[in-house]
Amino acid sequence: MELVLSIGIGVLIGSGVWLLFRPRTYQLIIGLSLIAYGVNLFIFSMGRLKVAAPPVLTSSAAVNPADYADPIPQALVLTAIVIGFATTALFLVVLLVSRGLTGSDHVDGREPS
Amino acid sequence: MTDDTSLILMVGLPFAGSVLAAILPTHARNAAAGLAGAVALICIAIAAFLYPTVAHHGAVTSNIEWIPSLGLNFTLRMDGFAWLFAMLVSSIALLVVLYARYYMSPEDPVPRFFSFFLAFMGSMLGIVLSGNLILLVVFWEMTSIFSFLLIGYWHHNAGARDGARMALTITGIGGLGLLVGVLLMGHIVGSYDLDRVLSSGELIRSHPLYVPTLCLVLLGALTKSAQFPFHFWLPNAMAAPTPVSAFLHSATMVKAGVFLMARFWPVLAGTEEWFWIVGLAGMSSFLLGSYFAIFQQDIKGLLAYSTISHLGLITMLLSLGSSLGAVAAIFHMMNHATFKASLFMAAGIIDHETGTRDMRKLSGLFRFMPFTATLAMVASAAMAGVPLLNGFLSKEMFFAETIETHVNSILDTAAPYAAFLGSAFAVAYSLRFIHSTFFGPPPTDLPHEPHEPPFWMRFPILLLVLTCLVVGILPGYTIGPYLHTAVVSVLGAATPEYSLAIWHGFNLPLIMSLGALVCGVIFFYCLKTYLATSEEGPPYFRRLQGQRIFERVMASISWRWARFLEANLGTRRLQPQLRLLVVVALIAATWPIWAQGLDWRPPTLAGADPVFVALWVIAIVCAVSAAWQAKFHRLVALMLLGVSGLVTCITFLWLSAPDLAVTQLLVEVVTTVLILLGLRWLPKRSPEIAPDSIPLVAKLRRYRDLALAIAVGAGSTLVAYAIMTRTQPATIGDYFLDKAYSEGGGKNVVNVILVDFRAFDTFGEITVLGVVALTVFALLRRFRPAPDSVESPEQQRIQNAHDDAQPDRKVGDTISDYLLVPALIMQWLFPVIIVFAAYLFVRGHDLPGGGFAAGIAMAAAFILQYMAAGTIWVEDRLRVLPVRWIGLGLLLAALVGAGSWVFGYPFLTSHSQYVELPLIGAVPAASATLFDFGVFSLVLGATSLMLIALAHQSIRRLRTTRAAATAEEETA
Repeated sequence: MELVLSIGIGVLIGSGVWLLFRPRTYQLIIGLSLIAYGVNLFIFSMGRLKVAAPPVLTSSAAVNPADYADPIPQALVLTAIVIGFATTALFLVVLLVSRGLTGSDHVDGREPS
Repeated sequence: MTDDTSLILMVGLPFAGSVLAAILPTHARNAAAGLAGAVALICIAIAAFLYPTVAHHGAVTSNIEWIPSLGLNFTLRMDGFAWLFAMLVSSIALLVVLYARYYMSPEDPVPRFFSFFLAFMGSMLGIVLSGNLILLVVFWEMTSIFSFLLIGYWHHNAGARDGARMALTITGIGGLGLLVGVLLMGHIVGSYDLDRVLSSGELIRSHPLYVPTLCLVLLGALTKSAQFPFHFWLPNAMAAPTPVSAFLHSATMVKAGVFLMARFWPVLAGTEEWFWIVGLAGMSSFLLGSYFAIFQQDIKGLLAYSTISHLGLITMLLSLGSSLGAVAAIFHMMNHATFKASLFMAAGIIDHETGTRDMRKLSGLFRFMPFTATLAMVASAAMAGVPLLNGFLSKEMFFAETIETHVNSILDTAAPYAAFLGSAFAVAYSLRFIHSTFFGPPPTDLPHEPHEPPFWMRFPILLLVLTCLVVGILPGYTIGPYLHTAVVSVLGAATPEYSLAIWHGFNLPLIMSLGALVCGVIFFYCLKTYLATSEEGPPYFRRLQGQRIFERVMASISWRWARFLEANLGTRRLQPQLRLLVVVALIAATWPIWAQGLDWRPPTLAGADPVFVALWVIAIVCAVSAAWQAKFHRLVALMLLGVSGLVTCITFLWLSAPDLAVTQLLVEVVTTVLILLGLRWLPKRSPEIAPDSIPLVAKLRRYRDLALAIAVGAGSTLVAYAIMTRTQPATIGDYFLDKAYSEGGGKNVVNVILVDFRAFDTFGEITVLGVVALTVFALLRRFRPAPDSVESPEQQRIQNAHDDAQPDRKVGDTISDYLLVPALIMQWLFPVIIVFAAYLFVRGHDLPGGGFAAGIAMAAAFILQYMAAGTIWVEDRLRVLPVRWIGLGLLLAALVGAGSWVFGYPFLTSHSQYVELPLIGAVPAASATLFDFGVFSLVLGATSLMLIALAHQSIRRLRTTRAAATAEEETA
């Protein structure tokens, strides 16, 4: 379980980083999204992996924390997902405006000479 | 009023007055002057009120804790020396305010002048009264800034701008030095408290860091006091309005430097290094300043160089390390302030009434303004050190000190000769000032007809000159006791015996004084004819201008070097920057692992569910393919990305994070829609366009990038695996699990954390979301697509052509029929998704769901309608008003948060209880639910705003073409 997820995280981040170095803005936006998945999973995994133990209380009695997954990374990742969406949208718009303004979809705003 | 509150009032009042003056109407000259005068008067009253305590009990202090953990307190401390300075600053301020009321033209924005003036006065009082070293530096920097604003007050004048910038640069550099010096001092002593520092003189002087500390503190003091070699900013600062010069260059600004040296005199003085640095700077300033002053043609220039010279005299006195020298220095600080302030004011009057300050043009003004001329003559006599005036007394003490041998060296031996020479020069320039302006034939071709100024403009000069006289004749009865209090507070037990009498017998200092007077007069008469027509500046030195050197240095640093660095080290290309960032991050992460090793278990696949493994094999293939295809096959890459996203989502669900799974799924939907909307505006790119052979350099570059990407990916895997396989230490998560129900009233712990425990963070995050959405909206309002994207998409054109060719079809029919069944389903789904969103929201507190997920679901409902039926169709029937949703959400969240203040709880404290509703039963009703509704509303607004704004771009072209068509029809 842990090994599979860590390899998955590594591949997501690695593919994203590869795209980060590419010259076209669209490659960058896909790359950043891939990195976002990887990083979100990475943060999430900091609470260790637990199967069938969601942090949703079943009774109002006192709880044993060991029975539940760690809620903190989940709360962090939840807002990260939404903010990630917002930054993707912002980046997409900047990308479009830059393309409209310069006529090029190169990250530097002009075709390499 | 207690003593410590009055201290705070004294420093705070000028700043309050400054803010008040700033909001006065632009031409409220009298109101602003009245305000400034009242502030200065109150400060004088406070100082007078505090004097008995200061004189009898040593010092008054006031202490407010600021950042105690850093040793940083807002400590104000008034001892005798500080009192003398505070009184001087406030009194001169009052006189300058009175003078400025008449000097400033009604056309100038006078309230702005008084606003800066009061702030400057407050900063100066702050320096004088600081009881904490850091606080002192803060006020010190503030005087630099406000002097910049004051010198540059007439900012339409290039000279004023340059002078202001030069003053700020020089004193700012000094201020930086002082800050470091003070930090070193605090480090040596272990406290920034002034009292502690002043009592640790031995410790500081014997510390190995003494020399750097001394140099840095002196850098601050010497730049501020315009001492050689930093003197050149002062003459350039003469572009300021004359009241500013009268205030800054007599009692404040430049005095801050010598004040600082006197303040730290018990701590830093008395060593060889102190003597050489301070002595050399003081002597050069004293001699050069007085010599240069003779050859100035501008009256204010003459006074500026004379200020440099007199400050040099004070610096020289402080350099000697003898306590008598310190007494003389403090005395001369006061005397110089009185006569120099009055002389600047007189110069201002001459400028104001004749329209010029050039001594080659001025002449014989005595017959036009006898009163002003008499006052100026007395003040100049004080400057020259004529007996029966205050300048004579301190100069006499200066001579007496230079004759004594303190440190056996060339500098000390040269001191009396330098003192004599400088004093002779001082006599010469004082005489020059009086003779060229007030005597001789009546002036010709002056810009204005000269006459006496209004009485109240002369009045401040009259008072100052009277002070010079009274102190000069009866020193022991007037300044005596106050000076004594000040001297005792600086020197403490080392206070020497001194007497302020005029007549000390026929001794060497008196002979020197008289000799200097005679020599100065002779010197002036030899130069008289030359000076009447000569150029500005002393012969031979004219070409060597500090200003020009300064400008050249500035140009090199800020222009040539900066451009060189940018050209050779910088890049405007994004890819190298990103590469650098990733490499730095990689090194930063590898370093500790390399150094300390990573304790990790051998990798094993045991316990992994085959389905989970299969899912991730798919996700990995898709991620790599997405990276591979993103250049030429955008849609494919987007779909592959979506698969990775879905696997991420399933992973969340699998590993006990249902909330994340829901949110991820919904975000996945809207992200895909968003990017789909954007794809249309990107240029065509197909593999055929690319050249067949890739050059070797590009290949190598790709291999390098690939290696970097693999390294980063492998590193992330390694770190993730190492962390996941070790047992988790106790975290605050346990606390939240424990308290979620008992204190948050909810069973879904993640949601309770978001809307209750860490609601303030969430508040910040939704604000960011709102800001981003508005930014997207604003950017798209000005969006201009590239020319090759303006046309309708190819598919639509083919479809329209098809319609055109068929006789029974209208153009656009195929497009509206296109995907008819899915569109119908999407329309039917509208209410279903709304109910689903409401359901997600309501169950959020106890079960997976919540405001974030519900908001995105609702936004998806809207955008599906846009996709199904087109923007125009939807907007004919439905107004979404996303900006209102954003505003509502943010306001609601803030109000719910602020609501807890009403009940006396901190911001965003949540309250929860169960409410009995008919038919439904007990329903949880926490105030957090309202907050969650704010989150819902904002997420809905932000998401739909971004999507709709992007969707609108396609119809904008239609609108513009349609508008153009109608316009054409109208003209036709």
